[in-house]
Amino acid sequence: MLSFNLLVIICILYTCLMFCIAFWADRRAERGKLNWLKSPWVYTLSLSVYCTAWTFYGAVGYAVRSGAEFVVIYLGPSLIMIGWWWSLRRILIIAKAQRATSIADLISSRYGKSSILAALITIIAVIGTTPYIALQLQSITQSLWVFSQVESGVYTEQESSWIALGIAIGLSLFTVLFGTRSIDINERHHGVIMAIALEALVKIIALLAVGIFVVWGISDGPQDIMAQIISSEIIDKEQSLSRWSVLIVLSACAFLTLPRMFQVLIVENSDIKHLYTASWAFPTYVMLMSLFVIPIAVVGLKYLPSGSNPDMFVLTIPLAFEQHGLAILSFLGGFSAATSMIVIASIALSTMVSNHLVMPIWLQMQSERAVVSGDVRKMLLFSRRIAIFTIIFFGYLYLKISGGSEALSSMGLIAFVGVVQFLPAIIGGLLWRGATRVGAILGATIGFIIWGYTLFLPSFGLGIGFDDILMSQGPWGIGWLRPQGLLGVSGIDPLVHAVVFSLLFNSCAFIFGSLISFPSPIERVQAAQFVNLSTRLKSSLAWSEVLDKGEELLAMTQRTMGAQGAQSLFRAAAHHQGKEGYIPDITPEFLELLERELSGYLGSAMAHAMLVKLIGGGEVSVDDLMAAANEAAQLVEYSSQLELKSEELHKTAGLLKDANQKLKVLSEQKDEFLAHISHELRTPMTSIMSFSAILRAEAEEGTLDESTLTKFSTIINDEAERMTRLLGGLLDLSRLQNTEISATKEDIDLVELLEQAISYNYNERVDHELTIHIDNNDIGEKLYSNKDQLFQVFLNIISNAQKYCDAKHPRLKISAQRADDEYIYVDFIDNGTGIAIQDQAQIFEKFTQLKHKNPRSGAGLGLNICKHIMQNLGGDIAYLPAQDGAAFRIKIPRKS
Amino acid sequence: MQKRLLLVEDEPNITQAIGYLLAREGWNVDTHPDGGSAYNAVLAKKPDVLVLDVMLPNKTGFEVLAEVRKNADFKDLPILMLTALGQKKDREKAEGLGATEYMIKPFSNAVLISTLEQLYIETRQHSLLNHPS
Repeated sequence: MLSFNLLVIICILYTCLMFCIAFWADRRAERGKLNWLKSPWVYTLSLSVYCTAWTFYGAVGYAVRSGAEFVVIYLGPSLIMIGWWWSLRRILIIAKAQRATSIADLISSRYGKSSILAALITIIAVIGTTPYIALQLQSITQSLWVFSQVESGVYTEQESSWIALGIAIGLSLFTVLFGTRSIDINERHHGVIMAIALEALVKIIALLAVGIFVVWGISDGPQDIMAQIISSEIIDKEQSLSRWSVLIVLSACAFLTLPRMFQVLIVENSDIKHLYTASWAFPTYVMLMSLFVIPIAVVGLKYLPSGSNPDMFVLTIPLAFEQHGLAILSFLGGFSAATSMIVIASIALSTMVSNHLVMPIWLQMQSERAVVSGDVRKMLLFSRRIAIFTIIFFGYLYLKISGGSEALSSMGLIAFVGVVQFLPAIIGGLLWRGATRVGAILGATIGFIIWGYTLFLPSFGLGIGFDDILMSQGPWGIGWLRPQGLLGVSGIDPLVHAVVFSLLFNSCAFIFGSLISFPSPIERVQAAQFVNLSTRLKSSLAWSEVLDKGEELLAMTQRTMGAQGAQSLFRAAAHHQGKEGYIPDITPEFLELLERELSGYLGSAMAHAMLVKLIGGGEVSVDDLMAAANEAAQLVEYSSQLELKSEELHKTAGLLKDANQKLKVLSEQKDEFLAHISHELRTPMTSIMSFSAILRAEAEEGTLDESTLTKFSTIINDEAERMTRLLGGLLDLSRLQNTEISATKEDIDLVELLEQAISYNYNERVDHELTIHIDNNDIGEKLYSNKDQLFQVFLNIISNAQKYCDAKHPRLKISAQRADDEYIYVDFIDNGTGIAIQDQAQIFEKFTQLKHKNPRSGAGLGLNICKHIMQNLGGDIAYLPAQDGAAFRIKIPRKS
Repeated sequence: MQKRLLLVEDEPNITQAIGYLLAREGWNVDTHPDGGSAYNAVLAKKPDVLVLDVMLPNKTGFEVLAEVRKNADFKDLPILMLTALGQKKDREKAEGLGATEYMIKPFSNAVLISTLEQLYIETRQHSLLNHPS
């Protein structure tokens, strides 16, 4: 006999397995071993979140009630996948170019990065999805309930509500754990997707197994089943053409606009080519899902006692025939379908809620400085986690309040109609340049209201005043306002009625709103990008050049993307401009790039708003707009080759100018350096000559006493050593410059070497002792490099901190991290004032000594020597801006 | 009457050497290690001879020189620039600003002493001529 407790244990074990798989996949992805995590098969399987518990269990019930009509739910998406190249591909390309994080983000991005529109779409999506989540929770409790009946009353209905709560909490934890590890939308949720893909397999295997059992186990093969179908009542169900066509269109549209589908189709897509595979594999998947639906329905009707819930046939048939293994498999299939929907939907919605509702409010409350200093990252992750819990809890609450069953069974289609309200704004935005923000807001709002009035609210029934009188006579007796007979249209199916009216009014309002309003400049630029798939019309037009905000921008970006990502982005941009270091020129092009990158984390509306807050502007001038218009008109004649050539020439000229300037500066610096060196050599020489002459004179006169002799000869010796050190530095430099030293390399323990360098006696006069702290988080690195040279570099950096860190209690923090497989970074960050931005570029040049610094300290060679050493060792050293103090990053290759 | 000298120099070893050397020759040597406040030291000490280094903290010797010369009381004060800056342009700059003598480090003790003696005697004679007491 199948024990209910055994089922619960299996259920928990299965959940643990999902945890393990998600964890394992995330670990693999972290190590960069993506291989088949990026496979088109995983992508295709992940698309099956479309098939929720509603389709897993409910399709059979649907078939019992309405015959073959259930197929439409699968036909729509299949049509979209098969015809992907003219709709899906286009949306995918644009969404990727815009770094869209969600459906709300994509739409708001098209309409001038409007925060209001994004918030509106988010709210609609949350309202439309909550009952859907409730439906999934219900299906799990219901299936558990079915099992508990076998053992007759293991728990009461009251307890089943607690089970639902437990499941909701468990799913929230899973989602938070694997869905909010990182905020970058480009770093995909490999763990979650892997688990979803596996659940997709469980789903299909379970359904196929039940189907095969029904056809060959209970009946006598296909012929027998066909005979049963023909003689059953299902075949006689009347099919309405209008419902079929509306439902096909509806499911096709919902496939594109459901937040969870956007998440798996677009956001989690790593390669556009995966659509090729999915375009035939996904229709095959749903075809297999629907293959045995009618046989199961027919067999269920025939063998199970009348009055059995057809929505549970998939589970009750195996139980009735005492096939407990199969029943458990079927239960796991339904469980998979429900959990995968909840997880993905809550990830998608939490991204929308945090980016479009929480963050804008947060930003409103912050000053400009906070954009730079506030920890955006923490805030985002925190709000996402809270949102996930809240959304799933709402689903649970909805289930508890609505009491489940009847109200929920039709919820799948109702939710579809809700999210389809986004469609006019999307399609219009892709095809029509004249579509505006006002139109989109108007259309979506009106569509949403009509949906609520004609379909969503009536589904609650009496509880909220939608009683029979209202339904049959309209509010205040106004007949043409009846929820299911607007404008006096009556006698059509309520669902068809709702779809037609909501979409009709939605589209009309959208077109009307677009025609009467004037698009803002940013909207025009975005419209051109969406409609023409054109990247030539840069949204960089929105930015003007800013000179001095580089460091603040970097600080802000670090707070959003994390230090490593931000630094490599800025560094790459600077490098592209032919500059050293981490701060590129803040050109409009760079700002555009930055905005797009930030969009991947914050959504386009927020990314734009944050940049505007920090640097101002962000609007397009009339001149730019004229230029944009001209460019658009000339697109056909446009020669991209010409542009490329002139850009190249421009770049070369710039490089030459830079080189010339550099030479000039170098020559001046050389003179200055020689003067400096000669001064540095003459000073100790003066003491030596003077004291030695004194000693000689006193010795001749015989007046020399012991203590004077000791004192003066000590000075002479000290000063001679000082000269030797200086000469040593000069020699190091010239040797490093002129020869490639074939450094003998050996295994080095990084911590050990750092500690040696720290404990070295620096013999410097300092006012305050420098506190040095090794942050040995990730520092247990073994290196293969030249020990002496690396030691020299560490010494130089540490002694610099000792000499120049001007904090009252100088501290130096040393930390190491692995950059990738090839390099590690060792960062030295002190708590002083740091180096002014205008000086950062030249500190590694020879002869540079910053003017305001203590002239006693050296010849200005230390950092230059470090640079040479590190380059010889195949690494590098750079100044790290936007830290708390002076910060140097040494990049060391891990292998030779 | 003692010969009074003010030495503005930030290198302690050089200060010590010159101090020792001149004390033996009967000079009364005051020292001052900073450029920024050097002018105030000159006002306070009113030395017979002033010796100025150039590379000083806070203010260069050239700046101090200009400051001192601006005061009419010190227009005849003999000033020796004692510096490691050996370029011709530095010497010209010093002369333009009114330095009496320019000597490059490292120096010979004997030459330093004789130059200072010379400067002292010249001023004594000069002031006796102008202000016979």
